[in-house]
Amino acid sequence: MLFDYFGGQCPPYAMSDQHPEIDSFEVRVLRQDAPGERSRWERHRVTYERDMNVISALQKIAAQAETVDGQPVAPVCWDSNCLEEVCGACTMLINGRTRQACTALIDRLMEDCPGEIELRPMSKFPVIRDLVVDRTRLFRALTKVKAWVPVDGYLDRGQGPLRSMEEQQQSYPLSECMSCGCCLEACPQYTKIESTQDESESDEDFSARKSATYDSAFVGAHAISQAVLFNTNPIGKFIAGERLDALTGPGGIQMCGNAQNCVAVCPKEIPLTTSIARAGRSTTLHVLKKWFDR
Amino acid sequence: MPKQRVMVIGGGLAGLAATMKLAELGIDVDLISLTPVKRSHSVCAQGGINSVNARTRQLGDSEDLHLDDTVYGGDFLQHQPPVKEMVYWAPKIIDLMDRLGVTFNRTSEGHLDNRRFGGTLFKRTAFAGATTGQQLLYALDEQVRRWEAEGRVKKFESWNYLGPIIDDAGICRGVVAQDLISMEIRTYPADAVIIATGGCGLLYGRSTMSLVCNGGAVSRTFQAGAKYANAEFIQVHPTAIPGADKLRLMSESARGEGGRVWVPRTPHDERSPREIPESERYYFLEERYPEYGNLVPRDIATREIFNVCVHEGLSVDADRQCVYLDLTHIPREELDRKLGGILSIYEKFQGVDPRDEPMKIFPAVHYSMGGLWVDYERTADGGLNIGSPVNQATNIPRLYAIGECDYQYHGANRLGANSLLSCIFSGLMVAPGIETLLESSDDGTAADQPSSLFEGARRQRQQNFDALLKRPGGGENPYLLHQQLGEVMTRTATVVRFNKDLEQAYATVCDLEQRAAKCSLSDTGNWTNQNVVFTAALIDMFPLAKTLLKGALQRDECRGAHYKPDFAMPGLEATDPAERRRQAEAWCDKFEERNAKWLKSTVAVLDEDGEPQLAYEEVDTSLVPPRPRLYGLVGAEAIEEVWKERVAVN
Repeated sequence: MLFDYFGGQCPPYAMSDQHPEIDSFEVRVLRQDAPGERSRWERHRVTYERDMNVISALQKIAAQAETVDGQPVAPVCWDSNCLEEVCGACTMLINGRTRQACTALIDRLMEDCPGEIELRPMSKFPVIRDLVVDRTRLFRALTKVKAWVPVDGYLDRGQGPLRSMEEQQQSYPLSECMSCGCCLEACPQYTKIESTQDESESDEDFSARKSATYDSAFVGAHAISQAVLFNTNPIGKFIAGERLDALTGPGGIQMCGNAQNCVAVCPKEIPLTTSIARAGRSTTLHVLKKWFDR
Repeated sequence: MPKQRVMVIGGGLAGLAATMKLAELGIDVDLISLTPVKRSHSVCAQGGINSVNARTRQLGDSEDLHLDDTVYGGDFLQHQPPVKEMVYWAPKIIDLMDRLGVTFNRTSEGHLDNRRFGGTLFKRTAFAGATTGQQLLYALDEQVRRWEAEGRVKKFESWNYLGPIIDDAGICRGVVAQDLISMEIRTYPADAVIIATGGCGLLYGRSTMSLVCNGGAVSRTFQAGAKYANAEFIQVHPTAIPGADKLRLMSESARGEGGRVWVPRTPHDERSPREIPESERYYFLEERYPEYGNLVPRDIATREIFNVCVHEGLSVDADRQCVYLDLTHIPREELDRKLGGILSIYEKFQGVDPRDEPMKIFPAVHYSMGGLWVDYERTADGGLNIGSPVNQATNIPRLYAIGECDYQYHGANRLGANSLLSCIFSGLMVAPGIETLLESSDDGTAADQPSSLFEGARRQRQQNFDALLKRPGGGENPYLLHQQLGEVMTRTATVVRFNKDLEQAYATVCDLEQRAAKCSLSDTGNWTNQNVVFTAALIDMFPLAKTLLKGALQRDECRGAHYKPDFAMPGLEATDPAERRRQAEAWCDKFEERNAKWLKSTVAVLDEDGEPQLAYEEVDTSLVPPRPRLYGLVGAEAIEEVWKERVAVN
């Protein structure tokens, strides 16, 4: 989301500082004005307060709108919304690590690297401005693997199929995926695709061309995991074959190099490599079955 | 001839439910959202969704009891027919969401599991861990993506709705919107427009709401002539984690699963909570409300927590207000299975494991019961005429409102786990009405309207935007003004309200509004300019803030979340039976008087000077007659006795 500030001020019931030895810290931000422009580093100094996270530091930077040298600058742009790590908006590289900015607490960051924080946009998606990137491709992958339950319609048909507690406990973690893109940022096989609209090209044509490009490139761990989620749903599995077709086509599961970075960086601790292994077995069987059925 | 299209503004639960249902009816839909719809604020709903279910039914529950709990909890301020229709649909909505793949928790036999929520004695709430809103939203997001793949739905994500386009006859013909990346302003003709943009928590600076919940879309609709109702009814959730950037929700489900609220009997007891013996703990909700215990309605729990900290001086910490919310007596495995999502939020932000240590929590602004005024068509048996284009319609023809941003379902106080229900219900229910509207239209499609109508609207918005960008430097800082607005609203218009504070607040807010007109921008560029978007949203907060304050100021009573100690009706003091009887009679007289004057919806319009003008409308209470709301009141039995006699006589 592209909204940037919240009236962050220490509440009237705030306690004294937790880190009295720090009164301020520096934030280095990799800025870029627009797609195709050169990026540059900019340094900001932020006054330390208790219970800060990277979002509240960015809010202060937006409000003061000047660098450490007193240069007036446009506020840094970033994405955020829920601020409690369920919406997936605020992914960025914080001290080199892909994560959500809302749960990046300043106290913890100061323990690892006292006095300084480095912020960069995700590197696998085109930068729109500063820390804001275009993650359309990530959502496009959900369309490609048909990540939905193909119900007849929305009229009343009575209750859904019974499901065991065990099934629920297997599915639930997969359904917590918030499309933040951390797994994609960390994946060596997921490489950046940046397209530019031709002058003669309509918005619709450009959008169709982008989608086609995305569809031929690696879908990513998140989409593979969603395919597994819906292939194990009692109704969702009715189109399991179509999902497996998507996963065996161009940009499919065969591109996974098994680096296992995805599972290591997932903020929701989703068992992505287990999903990939399950999808791998299903696709192998699916291909063999199709081969024998010919 | 161009085809008819519907525009949905907002991609949370309500907007997505409407979109998918319209698509199913064969209607083309455009959907505008500030954020990718999967990141909408509905993801923050945690605890669950209410409906009568097979188990509660066998314990005596029914749809009519769900209706009763909802209107009693809401202090009778909501029209009852829409609520009745909603609770009758509720079981079907749960079934639908189950079929759509929501990973609801299960019983050992494989049925949906249920938990108890506030304001009811039945376990009506279906849940998916403690991330129910997220799971429900995703299921709808997936269905809408399916329709998008089929070409029925077009999404415009990272677009900001700037306002409706209204023709000379006063009919809504589309919207103006702005791309938040390229800043391009464009018009979208639409044969019906649905506003589904949620609450306005950002009026209070920090709340449990997401950053998109700035109320801007609703305010701009209000400024275009739509009525806004019951603005003064803002829910303050009893349990949130205080934070510098946000007050993070700690779901009612924590209490639904057995969580207990307490403070040490010794003020600011320095021992660790686990070392404080039972006898030295004050479980104030359980002691004061033996029937509902920790699950009293939210307005009551909030006032008690506020009171125990602020007036009784029993806050856990000496230097900030908080009470314990204790889950440590519940087995870890059960906590992980049912509440994992919220416990990890606490753990991540506070660095303490709530399975081992009681959480420290305090109330926070959470939900707006009020919203855009909408209509409904009642049937003879007190439900809704489904398929009527009047349902969820604002006073502007062809303009609708659903979800948190309508005022219709929750009265003066919303019960927990009823909001996910009202969002999905109003979304599903608005669609057949709009289908009827489109079928009966004989004045051409919106796209056939003269292009001057659209171009004029676009030009007007473009001029406003350009003027904002060109503000001279050296003026007010919009971020600091927003902070001041949040402070004054939080101090005067939350848990406890006094007329002199509200009067002062109104003056302060008017002053801030004038200063906001002199804001300077630190970014004057025309690409992904968050600074200008924020400033515009801030300017749009003032009409809503003023309406809220004025509504609160004028309403001299206590009802649900609106509490003015100067107009409270305390319990009975007398112990002598005759005197107690007399006091109960007097209490009931006063209650009847109060209802005669105030059992009315506040309906606001903005006048030519942008000042809110309030009127009061009768509430349809024909299904469940209003009765005193007596949770935990001293002398409740005596009052109830008198009240029952009066009802019997009438």
